[in-house]
Amino acid sequence: MDMAQNGTSVSIQDLSLNFGAVSVLKTLNLDVAQGEFVVLLGPSGCGKSTLLNCVAGLLDISEGRIFIKGKNVTWEEPKDRGIGMVFQSYALYPQMTVEKNLSFGLRVAGLPRDEIVKRIARAAEILQIEPLLQRKPSALSGGQRQRVAIGRALVRDVDVFLFDEPLSNLDAKLRSELRVEIKLLHRKLQNTMIYVTHDQIEAMTLADRIAVMKGGVIQQLDAPQTIYNRPVNRFVAGFLGSPAMNFVEGRLEKHGDGWSFVAEDLKIPLGTYQFDGQPEAGPAVFGIRPEHVSLNSGTGWPFSTSANVEVVEPMGSDTLVWLKLAQQKFSVRVTSERTPQNDEAVTLGFDPMRASLFDAETGGRI
Amino acid sequence: MTAAQITAIQPVQDAQDQTGVAPFGPKPRHVSPGRIGIYVFLVIAALFFLIPVYIMIVTSLKGMPEIRLGHLFSLPAEPTFQPWADAWLHACTGRDCNGLSPGFYNSLKITVPSVIISIICASINGYALTFWPYKGANLLFGLLVFGAFVPYQVVIYPLIIGLSSVGLFATLPGIIIVHTIFGMPILTLLFRNFYAALPVELFKAARVDGAGFWRIFFSIMLPMSVPITVVAIILQVTGIWNDFLFGIVFAGRSNWPMTVQLNNIVNTTTGVREYNVNMAATILTAAVPLIIYFVSGRWFVRGIAAGAVKG
Repeated sequence: MDMAQNGTSVSIQDLSLNFGAVSVLKTLNLDVAQGEFVVLLGPSGCGKSTLLNCVAGLLDISEGRIFIKGKNVTWEEPKDRGIGMVFQSYALYPQMTVEKNLSFGLRVAGLPRDEIVKRIARAAEILQIEPLLQRKPSALSGGQRQRVAIGRALVRDVDVFLFDEPLSNLDAKLRSELRVEIKLLHRKLQNTMIYVTHDQIEAMTLADRIAVMKGGVIQQLDAPQTIYNRPVNRFVAGFLGSPAMNFVEGRLEKHGDGWSFVAEDLKIPLGTYQFDGQPEAGPAVFGIRPEHVSLNSGTGWPFSTSANVEVVEPMGSDTLVWLKLAQQKFSVRVTSERTPQNDEAVTLGFDPMRASLFDAETGGRI
Repeated sequence: MTAAQITAIQPVQDAQDQTGVAPFGPKPRHVSPGRIGIYVFLVIAALFFLIPVYIMIVTSLKGMPEIRLGHLFSLPAEPTFQPWADAWLHACTGRDCNGLSPGFYNSLKITVPSVIISIICASINGYALTFWPYKGANLLFGLLVFGAFVPYQVVIYPLIIGLSSVGLFATLPGIIIVHTIFGMPILTLLFRNFYAALPVELFKAARVDGAGFWRIFFSIMLPMSVPITVVAIILQVTGIWNDFLFGIVFAGRSNWPMTVQLNNIVNTTTGVREYNVNMAATILTAAVPLIIYFVSGRWFVRGIAAGAVKG
């Protein structure tokens, strides 16, 4: 069993966590490869931060085991797990200077003075916080504070970095800047990183693999593009993507030798759609992303229909056009030059190959 | 945008108040009759409550012949500090005529250790209750808070029995223990609430950094606790200094605090009643809490707010 840990940095096996009668994490399994960047993504209350705290050893688990670098750390103290952690609120020690903040863990571990100095110098250089070393956290901006917080994990020279929503307290501009910096840092250090966020952009841009969580269960664990293009259920499909995926409720029906999706007068032939298994006729949900629908671009599409524009939402780089398909709300993303007017009659076309079909009852992909 | 420009170049159309001035810039401040009334009332109330203080001070500076004239409010004709010196050094309690000074030193000996020990215990209590929840921690905290509402008189007798059985009744350590115990509920509540308001991530970060129970307490939490410690010191110093009941019961004759000695001086029934000395002695006894009130201003308000549950 332990031989299977080779090449695996973090391995979570059958992990459960209950608070009293409430089950927060349910028999969860997750293997993170050496040097991999895994993002835990989900709405608040889905257990993603709890899972990270379990890996860090800050929460006692109810069942299961956790391996880090092949070592069973289920009962280990946080400091003995070879992890560094970065928190949303930075959690810098307010009465210590940046330098003392960085060195605290090393001083606790009793490292020799010159080693501490060396490690701080290295971390400060990587994160470009050298001029800030003698300042107190209160004299730093949000971005600088988070950099110091990352530095505190960096100096500990650990195998695994744990990030708990590190960018959520920053404004939009700083967030995108630091996002790039974290990505660069990962490329430079090649450490294993587990990153918790509810921001799908962070997840898409940073992750090697995303684990989408809901209700203490990992819904889908895959590369960002796979999760985006082939979500395993309706929840994952709706959670990822902004603007969100369109869902049209209707029925799956067999006509002759081909399947089609039917909702009121709408009939979408599914000749190009790749079914996950053997489809069955019945209630289903048809999902397609707004950017996969084309407006007024001829009739060369496997499927096209016409509709009236209801509302137009300009978003700068492009525009979201709202209309109704089979009496249900439907959005299309177009470039801003091709923005139609309100009430204008338009034709829209798409390839069902890019769509996702879900079971109306279970929400699972068909 | 254009609408804003139009109004900007047409101030004539602005609504004008009674004075005919269009609203522009800072709003003018009016002194309303209601406000004047409030200030008049406050000044009168303050003067009313200062009258006893005034009488105490002027009486303490008069000689006995002048006091016998009965002019309570008049300033001293021949100011003298002799009553203050007498109160401090020569006033009699029964047969001892050493003044208040032994009581002052006794109060110091009781207050300083009690304050230090109770605050150390309470801060550790609050820290452990907040960050290291153990089985029954909430129950313990509930019991502690309940303790804040137990009337002192109820537990005096059991405490006497308990302390005398271990030979600590009527001793300095005995009274220090009593003050420490009775300070515990309110102080623990104070520290626990303070620590509970700190971000828990700070504690988690310190644990990831490898710090243990004491290291986190001394390196992270204690340096952040200065404000709440000041509040706790104010609460405890004033409370213990002003205490009379525990002092007379548990301290023992040789350790009687200043409040008990003051009572004995004022209530001495033999000879002439020296009002000037009594007044000086009372002011001297109240001086320590008074100085703390004045010096610690804003901290004290917080202390009152925090201690509000104690009533």
